[in-house]
This record gives sequence, C-alpha cells and structure tokens, in this order.
Amino acid sequence: MQIRLPEFPPSVAVLFLWLISAPLHAALDIEIFGGGATQIPIAIVPFAAEEKLNQSITPIVAADLQRSGLFRMIEPAGLRPHEPIEVVYSEWINRGAGALVIGSTTLLPGGQVALRVRLLDVAKQVQLATYIETVPAGQLRAAAHRIADMIYEKLTGDIGVFSTRIAYVVKEGKRYALQVADADGFNAQSVIEYTEPIISPAWSPDGKQLAYVSFENKKPVVYVQTLATRTRKAVANFKGSNSAPAWSPDGKRLAVVLSLMGGSQIFLINADGGGLQRLSQSSGIDTEPSFSPDGQSIIFTSDRGGSPQIYRMQITGRASGTAERLTFEGSYNVSPHYSQDGKSFTFIHRNGDRFNVAIQDLATRQVQLLTDSKFDESPSFAPNGRIILYATEVKGRGILSAVSSDGKTRQQLSTQAGDVREPAWGPLPRLQ
Amino acid sequence: MKKVLCVLLISLLSACASQSTQPTAEVEDKSMGSSSRSTESSPTTGAVPNLNPLTDPNSVLSKRSVYFDFDSYSVKDEYRSLVQAHAQYLRDNGSARTLLQGNTDERGSREYNLALGQRRADSVKNAMTLSGARESQIESVSLGEEKPRGLGHDEASWAENRRVDIRYQGE
Repeated sequence: MQIRLPEFPPSVAVLFLWLISAPLHAALDIEIFGGGATQIPIAIVPFAAEEKLNQSITPIVAADLQRSGLFRMIEPAGLRPHEPIEVVYSEWINRGAGALVIGSTTLLPGGQVALRVRLLDVAKQVQLATYIETVPAGQLRAAAHRIADMIYEKLTGDIGVFSTRIAYVVKEGKRYALQVADADGFNAQSVIEYTEPIISPAWSPDGKQLAYVSFENKKPVVYVQTLATRTRKAVANFKGSNSAPAWSPDGKRLAVVLSLMGGSQIFLINADGGGLQRLSQSSGIDTEPSFSPDGQSIIFTSDRGGSPQIYRMQITGRASGTAERLTFEGSYNVSPHYSQDGKSFTFIHRNGDRFNVAIQDLATRQVQLLTDSKFDESPSFAPNGRIILYATEVKGRGILSAVSSDGKTRQQLSTQAGDVREPAWGPLPRLQ
Repeated sequence: MKKVLCVLLISLLSACASQSTQPTAEVEDKSMGSSSRSTESSPTTGAVPNLNPLTDPNSVLSKRSVYFDFDSYSVKDEYRSLVQAHAQYLRDNGSARTLLQGNTDERGSREYNLALGQRRADSVKNAMTLSGARESQIESVSLGEEKPRGLGHDEASWAENRRVDIRYQGE
C-alpha cells in the first residue's frame, strides 16, 4: 500500500510555507470560510508516550487541521488526559475548546505501535469517534494524517485530503525533477530526473501511475510511469508533438494532444498506448483536455473562435468539430480542470497583465476570480473539491500555492532552491 | 527522513476579487520591433576548411533560426530565402531529414504555448514543402516555452524566443 521510491537528496527537499488565515495559537477568532462559518476551536492533547516514538503524532495532526483553515488550536495548558475518564469537561469549556482529541501510543515488541485516539465533543460531553490502529513505527506520519482525516470528516462533514499526495516539477539549474510528496510536503521523492523539461504531470485515478510530458528526445513525448516499479512507457510518441495527457475517470484511456494529423488536436488512446482515436476536429488549436467525472465529455482550450477560450464537447466515439463555448469574459481563458462533482471547473483567466486562477459554475456560468497574483498557472482541484492547487511566481521564483475554492484561504508551498511548477493533486487513497 | 525545514503560518486573508471583464492585449507584446533581427549562425570551427554546407558559416544553410512577430506564425519575407535554401537542400539530398522546433515566449499556459510553437513549426514546414522538400523529410515539433534561448523576462528575450530552429538528423 505504501509506495516506496528512492529518497530525494535533502538539498532539494520541498519546503512548504503555509500561509493561512490564522496565526498559530490564535486568540482571535477569524472568520475565514464561506457563509460566515467560524473556525472550530479544538484542543489536541499530546498522546500518552508519544514522545518516546521516533515520530510524535499530535503535532502532525494539529498542523494538518490548521492548514485547512477550518480549525483553531486551543492549548491544553497543563491538562494531560489520555483516557475519557480523565477528562474534566468544565476545564475544557473554560479554555474555549469545542472539540477535544486525546489518545495513547504503545510501542509493541517488533517495532509496531498501537494507537488509540478519541475525539470528544466538549459541549455535549460525548465521544464522537474512536480511532484504533496498529502501525509499523515507520508509518506514523501516515497514521497521523489518517487521524487528521477522521477528525476533519467528523467535525466538518467533508472529506479529508490529508492522506493524499501531490506531484509537481522542480527545476533547479538545468535539472528537472518530477516529484511526489505527501500533501503536507513531507516525503518528497523524485519519480524521474532529467536535464530536459518535464511538464503536465497527471495522476491516474487509482494514484498508482503518473502521465507526463518529457522533452528528453528533442520533442514532447507523453509517458506513463508506474510509481511503485518506476517502469514507464511512451504512450504517445507519434510524429510531431505529443502532450497534455488527461486520464479518463475509469483510468483506461488518456486524452492527449497530437500534431500527428496537423495542428494541435485532441485524441484518445488506451493507457497502454494503443487504440488511437481522434476526438476533436478543428482548424484551430485544441489542447488541455480535462474529463468530466462521468467520462462523457471533456472541457478543453481552443482558439477556434479567434482567442483561446474554454469549450466542452461530448465524447461520441467519432471526431467532432462541435463544441460548446463556456468562457466569454476576456480574451485569454486556458488550462481548464473539472471539479470532482462535475459542477464547476477551474481555469486561468488573463486579467490585464495578470494571469489568475478562476472558477466557473457550469450551471449558472458565474465566474469568480480566486487570486490576484501575477503569473498563475496549471490549477487543479484537491480531491474534496475544497482547495485548488496551482503554480505561481513570487520574487521571480516559481512556487506552488493553494487557494480554497471560495477564494478565502490561501497557502504557499516552495522549495529551498529552484522553481516549483506544474502541480497536480493526487486522488484519495483507495479504501482497502 | 525529515525533509521539511519549517512550517510557517502567516496571516493572510485574500479578498475574493470579482470577475474581471477588462479587455486585454494579447499575450505577446506587439510593441516589440523584431524585424531588424538577423538570422543566427552556428559556431564556426576554426581554420579547418568546412565542406559541409550545413555548418559552413559562409553558407546560408548554417543559418538555422526563423524569428516571428508577436502573436504571429507566418514566415516573414526576410526568412523566405533561408527557408527556400533549406528546402532546396532537402530536395537535393533525399536522405536528409530535418527537425523543426517551434518556440514561444514564457507568458501564458505551457500547453497552449506548446500548441502555438507547433503552429510556427508547421508554418516553416509548409513553406519548405511548397519549395520542393518532401513532407516525409520534415518533422515539425514544438518546445513551447520550455527551452528559452533568451533567459530574461523582457521583450528582448521574448522576441528571441519567438522562433523556429532547423535541426538536421544527427545534429
């Protein structure tokens, strides 16, 4: 289940700078999420004996929850309950906590660690959830993310994405590395490294493979690489340029952009590179396809109307020149990505001399600009649809940033050295 | 192994900007006058007599770059003779193969720029086939904004990068 890859040298490790709406241990109750919702005040008591482990659990859980922007940490300030019977609720009410997390860790013979965690509702004085797991000591970070997901889901009713991973490209000097890291930036590992550019990484729906475009052979070629084995295959290496891979929701096919038959047009191929089939047919540029969650249609960028705009076309099994134009504001709308619920898409909108992340509701056609930075690129949704990850530039350096889909909370992610770009948020881990 | 050095939490509230409707200029800047740019020659190789016309600096065939105006993919008149010379070479050397690499400046979407670079490479390919080269001798591809020759973030670099490079097999 755990995908293992050779470790990437620490010198180019990812340094994530999270910018969120509340400072650590905020005394202020800043309203940050939509609809006037307030942050949930939560106290997390260090688990019994966790200081004896090679990795403490609760700091990771707290950092995950804080990054979401939906929680405010309450200091336990001397209180150290580990079992429900040790909890004096009035003390937590006095501290302003709405939720309380307690737990214990037990190091077992053979290096396993037994975790027992409880989530308590302070006001109602009831237990909301119990989390019991025995994990190898080397997987305590992953367990901490699962605990954070459990808490997030119980308290917000939404899906937690703390156990997911992200892919991105780091350019340092003349070297390019396609890397995969945990959603909190830890465990960054190189999938491939080259002295030629790599762009457009795309996760397979099962999270086991990455499609990407490499320029190692003097031209763009689409590869699919299996993360666990590092084996890869050129799935689109036709005469001309091959780029912009997008997975179908069932993981069986890819939409790719080929210049094989002239221009830049969208084709479908099987994930093993067979079964080439033309999808779009226009005299203009058709590129950057993204599948709808039901797999029935794609949205893409086309300049068939004179300027790059976003269109939607049905997948009928035949090449088609028919597509519905979706964007009308401005002369440059590119890089569309569907949301997981299929109700909206995110894209890049040129606004004066700025390139910004925007979101458009498919039913109402309403557009909302989510950023006001200068050079935003490559937006895509987190698998719960609440966050959009994108590339941007700060002081001439490429960094990653994430903005909540309502535009109110933002985080920044950068490396120690070099430029980070081309982010793609991986899928939710498959249930075993 | 711990990789992350620090986690900073900084207060940041971003206001939701409302949707913009401001009409804008195209992505490439028309103010640039790149028309005076001369074609680029490949490095000379010293005193050794160079009999390969593709690398002989005195041969037009050693000139390998075709530059484009902003937001344009039509081959300008000043490059017609250069493109025709390469087409003639391909016609005279049936086994020769060329790779045309289109490039764009850095602004905008990487994938869309890849398609724009393809359009420039296709233009040069069309001009060559019209001048007698066989289509099978030519592959037009795009490097988009990924392999800039001009590394600055200004109009001079952008103009340098609106370009198609002509490469021959084996080079």
